[in-house]
Amino acid sequence: MIRFENVGLRYGLGPEVLCDLNFGIEGHSFQFLTGPSGAGKTSLLRLMLLSLRPTRGLISMFDHDTATLSKNGRASLRRRIGIVFQDFRLLDHMTTYENVALPLRVLGQDEADYRSEVVELLQWVGLGERMGALPPVLSGGEKQRAAIARAVIARPQLLLADEPTGNVDPNLGQRLLRLFVELNKSGTAVIIATHDIALMDEYDARRLVLHEGRLHVYD
Amino acid sequence: MSMTEPVATIAEPWDQLDRGPPPVHAPSVLTPLVPRSSIAGRSLAAVVAIMAFLASLTTGAVMLVVSAANDWQSEVGREVTIQVRPAPGRDIEADVRNAIEIARAAPGIAEVRAYTKEESARLVEPWLGAGAALDDLPIPRLIVVKLSSGARPNFSPLRQVLTARVPTASLDDHRRWIERMRTMGAAAVAAGGAVFALVLAVTVLSVTFATRGAMATNRPIIEVLHYVGATDSFVAGQFQRHFLMLGFKGGALGGGAAILLFGVVEAVNAWFAGSPGGDEIAALFGNFSIGVAGYLAILGQIGLMAMVTALASRRTVNRTLETID
Repeated sequence: MIRFENVGLRYGLGPEVLCDLNFGIEGHSFQFLTGPSGAGKTSLLRLMLLSLRPTRGLISMFDHDTATLSKNGRASLRRRIGIVFQDFRLLDHMTTYENVALPLRVLGQDEADYRSEVVELLQWVGLGERMGALPPVLSGGEKQRAAIARAVIARPQLLLADEPTGNVDPNLGQRLLRLFVELNKSGTAVIIATHDIALMDEYDARRLVLHEGRLHVYD
Repeated sequence: MSMTEPVATIAEPWDQLDRGPPPVHAPSVLTPLVPRSSIAGRSLAAVVAIMAFLASLTTGAVMLVVSAANDWQSEVGREVTIQVRPAPGRDIEADVRNAIEIARAAPGIAEVRAYTKEESARLVEPWLGAGAALDDLPIPRLIVVKLSSGARPNFSPLRQVLTARVPTASLDDHRRWIERMRTMGAAAVAAGGAVFALVLAVTVLSVTFATRGAMATNRPIIEVLHYVGATDSFVAGQFQRHFLMLGFKGGALGGGAAILLFGVVEAVNAWFAGSPGGDEIAALFGNFSIGVAGYLAILGQIGLMAMVTALASRRTVNRTLETID
């Protein structure tokens, strides 16, 4: 699904924040991406989300060389990826329902066609009664669940989650992890970026550890 | 992927929540992806309205001037004047009669009438005063030759015959006046076009600045849209829709005000028709009506302003999106 070959990344003229990354992500797989703060986890996720270009190396996603993709081609690949941001990035002027439905709206689907699906997902993540609420009045946990729902509503083949438990208590963190595990069982490859050791100990999965810009893979 | 199947196994606490009252119905009207409040809508609509008003006034004024110039041209062009000058040793009355005969014999002539001595005297009265001894003055006599409707006679043969048989006569077909009218009409159209181009330029610049501001304000939204797979054209469409509506609103306000103004002036002009002031205005501007074509042109301008607004915003959005990956 994803293949990195000798990938390096630097910002401007600064030092390489990621160097010689060589790894692959298989379909239906589950992995944690970890490392100390500032190790480059978010940068690596942004490379996989195609919002950053590597300064060297090859990134292949869904059998496409990302370096040769047009803007529309990148948009097309992003539709196969769900992303959960650490800071949620919900649109404050839109209701929870509309935020979750956003990827389907962007796909040009008719609201009448996806309404029941979005409502069902919102109920599944426990936001059935909050679908008319605006993000500013949601709690941290509710925002996190809305962000996850938005990431999975279009049934992506790959789910990227950046510190999804960073803003919630351990109990909610465990429940979110179980949600990701369940999504993975339903066929979505999952990459969770976290530095929460306790969370990783909850589930036995492949670990991608970033340290000083280099990646160590523990299967 | 079934979203309902795993509830029983993993999401018990949230599942309990779901056993409460039935869920709130999803909103039937979707919120615009770009919030209206993030665009300086009222200010921009006001600018577009003012520009549309000025453009409509310009169009109306140009149409009035061109229509008046055409009226003058057609009026002046429907007649020519033969001037018979007194000369020593010549009988001016005989010359006038000869000239009338020659004119009547020419093709395309509907009516030939010579000004009497008294009428000629009245023409020079403003300069010489009443009761002047006109018999002692070499005042030329005028013969007004009216052309048949639709006739476009060639005056060269008439001029040649006149010059040969009545050497003191000259034919004035008012060509210089007509040329001046044409030049004035063309100048009015050119000036109107220049003003209209300036108005469009100001509109484009205003929309460009407003769009850049809106793009900067909404950058986080644009990024999220990109992350969920939106193409640039989708994002541009969200902004363009707003600006198209703003353009229509502003254009309709400005163009509507101009239509109202022209309508009121036309009505007032019709009200005062027949009065001395009204007659003077009618002499200058005709019936002061821009006509159906004028109103249609203003309506067209409303659409044009909306189109220009939408295209200018789309161009700016696309250029800005090229810088956002």
